[in-house]
Amino acid sequence: MTLTVPALRARRVRRNRRGPVAVVGAAVFLAVVVVAAVAAPLLAPYSPDATSLLDSLLPPGSPGHLLGTDSTGRDVLSRLLYGARLSLLAPLGVVLASTVLGVAVGLVAARGPRWADLLLSRTMDIAFAFPSLLLAMLAVAVFGAGLAAPMVALSIAYTPFVGRVVRSLAVQEGSRAYVESYAVMGFSTTWVTLRHLLPNLAPALAAQAALAFGYALIDLATLSFLGLGVRPPESDWGSMIAQAQPAILQGLPASAIVPGVTVLLTVIAVNLLGEHLGSSVGRTDRERA
Amino acid sequence: MSGTETGPVLQVTGLRKTYGSAVAIDGVDFTLERGGSLGIVGESGSGKTTTARILVGLERATAGQVLLDGEDVTTPSRRDRRRRARSIQMIFQDPYLSFDPRLTVEESIAEPLRLHGHGDRARIRATVATLCDQVGLSTRNAAALPRDLSGGQRQRAAIARALGIEPRVLVLDEAVAALDVSIQAQVLTLLDRIRRDTGVSYVFVSHDLAVVRYATDTVLVMRHGAVVEEGGTEQVLSAPRHPYTQLLLASVPAPGWDPAAVAAANRALAPADRG
Repeated sequence: MTLTVPALRARRVRRNRRGPVAVVGAAVFLAVVVVAAVAAPLLAPYSPDATSLLDSLLPPGSPGHLLGTDSTGRDVLSRLLYGARLSLLAPLGVVLASTVLGVAVGLVAARGPRWADLLLSRTMDIAFAFPSLLLAMLAVAVFGAGLAAPMVALSIAYTPFVGRVVRSLAVQEGSRAYVESYAVMGFSTTWVTLRHLLPNLAPALAAQAALAFGYALIDLATLSFLGLGVRPPESDWGSMIAQAQPAILQGLPASAIVPGVTVLLTVIAVNLLGEHLGSSVGRTDRERA
Repeated sequence: MSGTETGPVLQVTGLRKTYGSAVAIDGVDFTLERGGSLGIVGESGSGKTTTARILVGLERATAGQVLLDGEDVTTPSRRDRRRRARSIQMIFQDPYLSFDPRLTVEESIAEPLRLHGHGDRARIRATVATLCDQVGLSTRNAAALPRDLSGGQRQRAAIARALGIEPRVLVLDEAVAALDVSIQAQVLTLLDRIRRDTGVSYVFVSHDLAVVRYATDTVLVMRHGAVVEEGGTEQVLSAPRHPYTQLLLASVPAPGWDPAAVAAANRALAPADRG
């Protein structure tokens, strides 16, 4: 009896590559971040913009300032909580917009007339040649700094990535016999695509969206860091890192490290969840076959 | 609806389908009487499935004509898809793959009823229950997902779904080939009863001569895209005239069966149609 137990456990671990602990941890972490963003006014001990030059650059763990203060004496924890709002909302917007656009493009390419596929697929190929960050910077140069321009630019830049995935998934799903059986029953291609094909792609799309969220968060933080994203007095984690630059030069990097680590952990958590979603999709697929 | 209530329900003349230079079927003619059952037999690659797919509009014929209830439906069009569906339906070889995996069986059966305007929600629910009863699916089967049913139950569900549309012709493409022999018999008996009760006509595409002998009145034997023999099923299968039909019959394992002789006969037949 004692011999069979470790054998069973080993098999289970091998099947769940990441292990449930990492996935649950990621989910809990993200939940905390979301709650922090929503409840920032209740949780933050200070106003995120309240400066106090006497208390500048306090290290983390200082009395009254759990995560320390930045170079103008603003409380890092409060800024982190408030910053979570734009840091999460902006990539969410990008992911929603690029997913809607990408699904539309991918489905038309996969299921529409051949000329539409040629047109859309070639356009996507060309779009891949533009680095998304460069496109976003270009949009900022044209439309001015602020969140709107880079969000629109990133949404457009991400669309071909979503579109290509949706197209290949939809082509694969469209070759399943049930799609033909619906055609024989008299249903239109559009109806079958939207009512049957798309819902069957949803889990894979959710996984894809989670990964895109991570990329968007990093890209938008990068733009804010470069001073091209959110503009003062609003702030996100990227602009917090940017404003901590002088402090880094003084040898006090804490106010940059805290938002930096938060970005890192958030992206890792989102990617873990996305990967988990993706692998469970693969599993049901195998069961189906 | 339109169409005459007399005369053959399905009339096919000079059907031809090519893929580039490859000829899939060439010069297929047949007539299906109302309430009749026609078998199309042949080995894989003989063009029998292509013929079936042209009938239901999944493929476009290169030449020839398909008359369904006197109406020309040779060229499938998106506009006429729904109208054609009301006259002709198809059962696929693997019923599992012909269902949306997310929907329960009763949801899948209800869908075409809604599309073809079979009344309000309550009436459709009643129709679904009747259909399930007709094909021998329990209430529990009906509430299950396709993956939770056995092969035979899925095929019953596929039959119920097609019957709901009340087609005049039901094309069965190797519909029992994937089932165990005992389940095959059950489904064939069911199909036989349905034909007597509803007057629907069958086009039975199969490589299995026993199935064809049981389920059809007339039969076409196809080889390399052409019809090599046709006639009453009993007559063709008991006294085959064409050497290919004789070979097909000899290929069925039975007492005294000689695989070597069958293989030799197959080789002897092959150069004849290449030349």
